[in-house]
Amino acid sequence: MARKLPRKDVVIIGLGWTGSILANDLTDEGLEVVAIERGPWRDTATDFAPKYAADELRYAVRLDLFLQPAQETFTLRHNESEEARPIRQFASFLPGTGVGGAGVHWNGQTWRFHPDDFVLKTHLTERYGAKFLPPNMTIQDWGVTYEDLEPHYDKFEYLCGTSGEAGNLRGTIQKTGNPFEGARSRDYPTPPQKLNYGPSLFATAARELGHQPFHQPSSNLSQPYTNPYGVTLGECTFCGYCERFGCGNYSKASAQTTILPVLMRKSNFEARTECEVMKINLDSTGKKATGVTYIDASGEEWEQPADLVLTCAFMLDNARLMMLSGIGKIYDPKTREGVIGKNFSYQTMSSVQMFFDDKIFNAFMASGAQGMCVDDFNGDNFDHAPHGFVGGGYLGMVQTNARPIETIYVPPGTPSWGAGWKKAAKVNYNSAIQLTGHGSSYSYDDVFLDLDPTYKDRFGRPLMRITFDLKENELKMSAFLTDRMAEFAKAMNPRQIAKLPRKGPYDVTQYQTTHVCGGVIMGTNPTTSAVNRYLQSWDVSNVFVVGASAFPQNAGYNPTDTVGALTYWASKAIREQYLKAPGPLVQA
Amino acid sequence: MRRSLVTNTLSIAILALSTCGYAVADDKQSFEQIERGRYLAAAGDCAACHTVPGGAPFAGGLPLVTPFGTIVSTNITPDPKTGIGAWSDDAFVDALHKGVRADGSQLYPAMPYPSYTKVTRDDALAIRAYLQTVTPVDHDVVADQLPFPLSIRKDMAVWNMLNFTEGFFQPTTSKSAEWNRGAYLVQGLGHCGTCHTPKSALGAEKADVALKGSEIESWLAPDLTDDKRTGLGNWTSDDIESYLKTGSNQHGIASGPMSEVIRFSTSAMSDPDLKAIAVYLKDLKTAPSPAVTAQAASTAQMTAGAAIYKDSCAACHRDDGHGVPHLFPRLAGNGALQASEAVSAVHIVLHGSQGVGTKAAPTAPAMPAFDWVLNDAQVAAVLTYVRNTWGNAAAPVSAGDVGKYRTAGK
Repeated sequence: MARKLPRKDVVIIGLGWTGSILANDLTDEGLEVVAIERGPWRDTATDFAPKYAADELRYAVRLDLFLQPAQETFTLRHNESEEARPIRQFASFLPGTGVGGAGVHWNGQTWRFHPDDFVLKTHLTERYGAKFLPPNMTIQDWGVTYEDLEPHYDKFEYLCGTSGEAGNLRGTIQKTGNPFEGARSRDYPTPPQKLNYGPSLFATAARELGHQPFHQPSSNLSQPYTNPYGVTLGECTFCGYCERFGCGNYSKASAQTTILPVLMRKSNFEARTECEVMKINLDSTGKKATGVTYIDASGEEWEQPADLVLTCAFMLDNARLMMLSGIGKIYDPKTREGVIGKNFSYQTMSSVQMFFDDKIFNAFMASGAQGMCVDDFNGDNFDHAPHGFVGGGYLGMVQTNARPIETIYVPPGTPSWGAGWKKAAKVNYNSAIQLTGHGSSYSYDDVFLDLDPTYKDRFGRPLMRITFDLKENELKMSAFLTDRMAEFAKAMNPRQIAKLPRKGPYDVTQYQTTHVCGGVIMGTNPTTSAVNRYLQSWDVSNVFVVGASAFPQNAGYNPTDTVGALTYWASKAIREQYLKAPGPLVQA
Repeated sequence: MRRSLVTNTLSIAILALSTCGYAVADDKQSFEQIERGRYLAAAGDCAACHTVPGGAPFAGGLPLVTPFGTIVSTNITPDPKTGIGAWSDDAFVDALHKGVRADGSQLYPAMPYPSYTKVTRDDALAIRAYLQTVTPVDHDVVADQLPFPLSIRKDMAVWNMLNFTEGFFQPTTSKSAEWNRGAYLVQGLGHCGTCHTPKSALGAEKADVALKGSEIESWLAPDLTDDKRTGLGNWTSDDIESYLKTGSNQHGIASGPMSEVIRFSTSAMSDPDLKAIAVYLKDLKTAPSPAVTAQAASTAQMTAGAAIYKDSCAACHRDDGHGVPHLFPRLAGNGALQASEAVSAVHIVLHGSQGVGTKAAPTAPAMPAFDWVLNDAQVAAVLTYVRNTWGNAAAPVSAGDVGKYRTAGK
């Protein structure tokens, strides 16, 4: 029996990026806020000290910072005819846990989505006609526009101190930066990071091919920066240990380095770590949340009453909590009714490896977001009519590391182990690099999340089941993007190139980014979306569900900047509208 | 220009407060008097000793470790039985001014009455008025835990005869009002010398080397004089103000015991008072520390230290030892680092340290511990290197210097 705690104004589930931002904003409103985090407390000097943060075996292979399957996992199947099996080792995507969440171990690649991405269905239908889209593709407009989100993108980037160069300042296309991007109200807070050799070579080739290459926007900072909250970050030292690692020298933006120092000083904020929320509690009408029930590290069960519940967990857990709490109807692919679990999407990654004889790259001197890119083949920046698919991605030389265990490129045909592999590894380690294509992943009526009928977690709750496979549209897109990358690669004049387009079926044992999206999607219609344009549940108005779970489909960019923008957007609505008149912010 | 205007305005405000203080000194319920007392209690950092972290304000009970034994801070809430509620105003003033308790017995100088004796009667009464407003707490503290013969309070009469000069602060007429205000705060309520002045064998402050730096609780309270090498000679007046106000400046960040002083005391002080302290400290001309020749870069210890620095330190403190303002302390030209004793530096490298966070500078960056990965000789080498590079010069550190702090002060 859960013991009941004194009421709080706000309970936040998960103290990652989104939870930290919302907690900081709402404590500024004078509210009593408690965040309940299933993972441990983490801070820079004790948990990611430079002396051991760069431990590839511990963090990249054994995944020390991530959710462990013994604590929670998901089951997977490719389609409804298969029986789903639990993922027993995370590899394809790596769910975050602990204070700071996935923001601790991200690469810092800080992209805004293109204005078209937010009105995707309308835009593509208008340009190509409804019949151009695959019949079971379920892409939707978001219910917000780029213009709505621009001030909030700006706010998140200035929170992080993001390093980059504007390509579109207030509608004027610049000579540097991404000429395809939506208009920015001002430039990045800090200038782009320095480049190592590979990206410089790519940029030269791209210019020769008639493109405008630009610096990958990076939240590993090019110079020290003090953000609007007064928190200071340092300068990235190109150690090459960003993704999967915490940053030891305060130069990668995370909740720890940008906002927690301010939040943790507040007397009206409390964080409870190693406490896992079981469910959001509802009153007898089922229309109002009364708080949450959670279990602490010693197994004690507690009820935390609150007026407002903000679900800020990893996106898969946002969806699962909604299902376990009975908020909203779970999606049923047979009837195509229900909204929780609908429109799961991912990211369609591909690459081209290049092997040189006469060049030394020292690619281990890297940051997680240092690089040069082109955006000509993303979204609808090119005419899709001749190609028979929709979507795209940015591509470029954005090699984030040359870590010795996992990042050694050898030419096709090399043995995968033994003397032959060793010889090739030695020859190619410092003279091979790769281009990456960061492709979109659109949504379909038979790709979704629901509760597994068989497998349970350690508390006896059903695991969440993922039904996902790569679709023909995405595979065509990936082949196209990879062919374009190969053209850039040839212009860089290597001895040999290896094209690695994404191939089906989906392989959960291969890393392909942690950019899983959707499941609690935002929109304008309660029959096709789980939350309204302010991320407020259509069904229970004192629950907001914040994160990439809100994406109706995923664009050809990394999601974090958009997650940050949506968080500030939702926060503004809560502060300026909801707190004055609690209730639905949009009438269904 | 804007700054001086603000300063003037604030000075007038303070003057006005002082005037009110005189006018209403008899009104113990006067807002101005209590508010002034609250400010002065912060300036005197009474809470540092009289409040247990997380405990009721001013209820005492904090063990204070002195070289002579442990003494426990008293309850100074207005509780009549266990606190000081029953004390007369005169008794309160005497405690600060003469180091005697209401029953006439001697205080131990863990209570910094050798500094507080300089506090004016008006200021003492304002503090008293404020303390009468805090929540009374029934908390009986057994203060006397010193070993015999120090357990005999009468011993302190002898100590006082040898070491204590009773007397209110006397302004130096040749100096500005601002300088005198700074001197009053530093020597009196601020009791900076309690930590920063070297002590005699009897634990008394040595007046001839006032504020030249002293070891306390496995930390060095650094040289606060204008000494170029070991003191604040490279700091501007603004640097000192920023440090006291926010906990950090372009040179470094407070950590260790000074974090608490900044968090509870100096960050709550007015800009004019901090400026006055800076003016006074910048004028503290004492005999410079003896000249020291830097270690040659080629010695075995220095080359070993250079390699460790590159591997373990340079990512934050940078190859040039400049660090990053408000984030990673600057090592080049760092006075505390070049002190004759490297105790703070040893402590920080072995055990790590969290910089102070304040409202104005909330980052509170931390240095990780290295005790698990560097042995005593390696810590000594890297410290010798940073104490003797980029223009720094200080005595080499030995493995023995490091070893004695490996468990102490952890």
